[in-house]
Amino acid sequence: MCLAIPAKIIKINKNLAEVESMGIKKEVDITLVPDAVKGDYVIVHAGFAIQIIDKKEAANIENYFNEYFDGQKH
Amino acid sequence: MNILMDKNIKYIVESLNKSRASDGVSIMEVCGTHTMVISRYGLRQIIPETINLISGPGCPVCVTPASDIDTILEITENYDISLFTFGDMLHVPGSKSSLYDKKSEGKDIKICYSPSDALNFAKKNPSRKVILLAIGFETTIPLTSVIIKRAYTEKINNFFIYNVHKLIPEALETLLKDEHVKIDAFLCPGHVSAIIGSIPYKSIAEKYRVPCVISGFEPFDILESIDMIIKQIKDDRYDVQIQYNRVVREEGNPAAIKLIYEVFDKTDSVWRGLGNIPDSGLKLKEDFLRFDAKIHFPVKKIKSKEPPGCRCGDVLKGIKKPFECKLFSKVCRPDSPVGPCMVSSEGSCAAYYRYEKLKA
Ligand code: SF4
Repeated sequence: MCLAIPAKIIKINKNLAEVESMGIKKEVDITLVPDAVKGDYVIVHAGFAIQIIDKKEAANIENYFNEYFDGQKH
Repeated sequence: MNILMDKNIKYIVESLNKSRASDGVSIMEVCGTHTMVISRYGLRQIIPETINLISGPGCPVCVTPASDIDTILEITENYDISLFTFGDMLHVPGSKSSLYDKKSEGKDIKICYSPSDALNFAKKNPSRKVILLAIGFETTIPLTSVIIKRAYTEKINNFFIYNVHKLIPEALETLLKDEHVKIDAFLCPGHVSAIIGSIPYKSIAEKYRVPCVISGFEPFDILESIDMIIKQIKDDRYDVQIQYNRVVREEGNPAAIKLIYEVFDKTDSVWRGLGNIPDSGLKLKEDFLRFDAKIHFPVKKIKSKEPPGCRCGDVLKGIKKPFECKLFSKVCRPDSPVGPCMVSSEGSCAAYYRYEKLKA
């Protein structure tokens, strides 16, 4: 249950942000990452962004998760 | 997929083979997700045999003692409430039944994805009393803290938490003091450390002379972290290193840490298998006590017992591997779990059953 997923912030509205992760858009709470801005990648855990990801690395992480979830289906 | 096809992984495995950890090094991973990745990608099988990877108390569901499960079950039995919980908790056996049984009996038990779901439901249904089963380590605790502060500010008085949150560094220290447990190094949890940073592990690493490396979740991350540990051991160093530096900073997430201690104070907490650990749990500060379900929904204390034959306690301490439990895969399987380590998707027994059963 500590699995956390990387997502990109598309829009911010007060404490909520619209994020995209693996093509899926959803709303997450960004209260815990007050410095986050549009375009940042964040780690999302149970509906909350818990940390901002180093930009260079974000794309790599996403690839891994795609593979991870793909693998889980088999 | 043969992960040795990946050239980075091949390189790191070669490096591990060359470094020859001669005497047998026991590395404990303290995160259920790490346990899953190690089992799933067969990492145990591709590293030198002298490196023994043992799983620790890194699954929040697994370390919640039967007494808490029983108390929650009693609350659902005695009060007309809506209980919100993460899915994995549903099947954890209490002394007599599970939340799943109660749900089948018609009790209002809802699975939530986010703790916000519980507060939002409470707001929409002011006549219902709503309890969130607040479980998890430092990754989840800031979320509960946000929710409590929000409920406080918005004066929501039909919302409560049953708090079983636990803190990781205190548990590590308890394990190191246990003479039955042999741990030479820790593979520290990535997302717990995203919150707490690397500083809390420093005194542990120095005092007990155990290298600590905070690892990411890809197979390569874990192998690289193991390599960093072996290098430290060779050089006689006992440092805290951050392998997962794309997410974890030394100071962690200061905003999240601040929020936790605005809402909670440290207190003792009982862990399944590890017993009572001073300062390893949290209690609501006085201002927020009105959200405490344990106060508002008192129940008779019942004598809790662990599932007969289940060795979860030893598995969580790294004393026994899941294979060494007599019930493993014979009686205890994910479709008929006896103990929480088989129930939870991050439990060690579930990970070993799913991916390593045939290799036993
Ligand atoms: S295999 Fe089942 S009974 Fe044995 S320790 Fe694991 S959860 Fe408990």
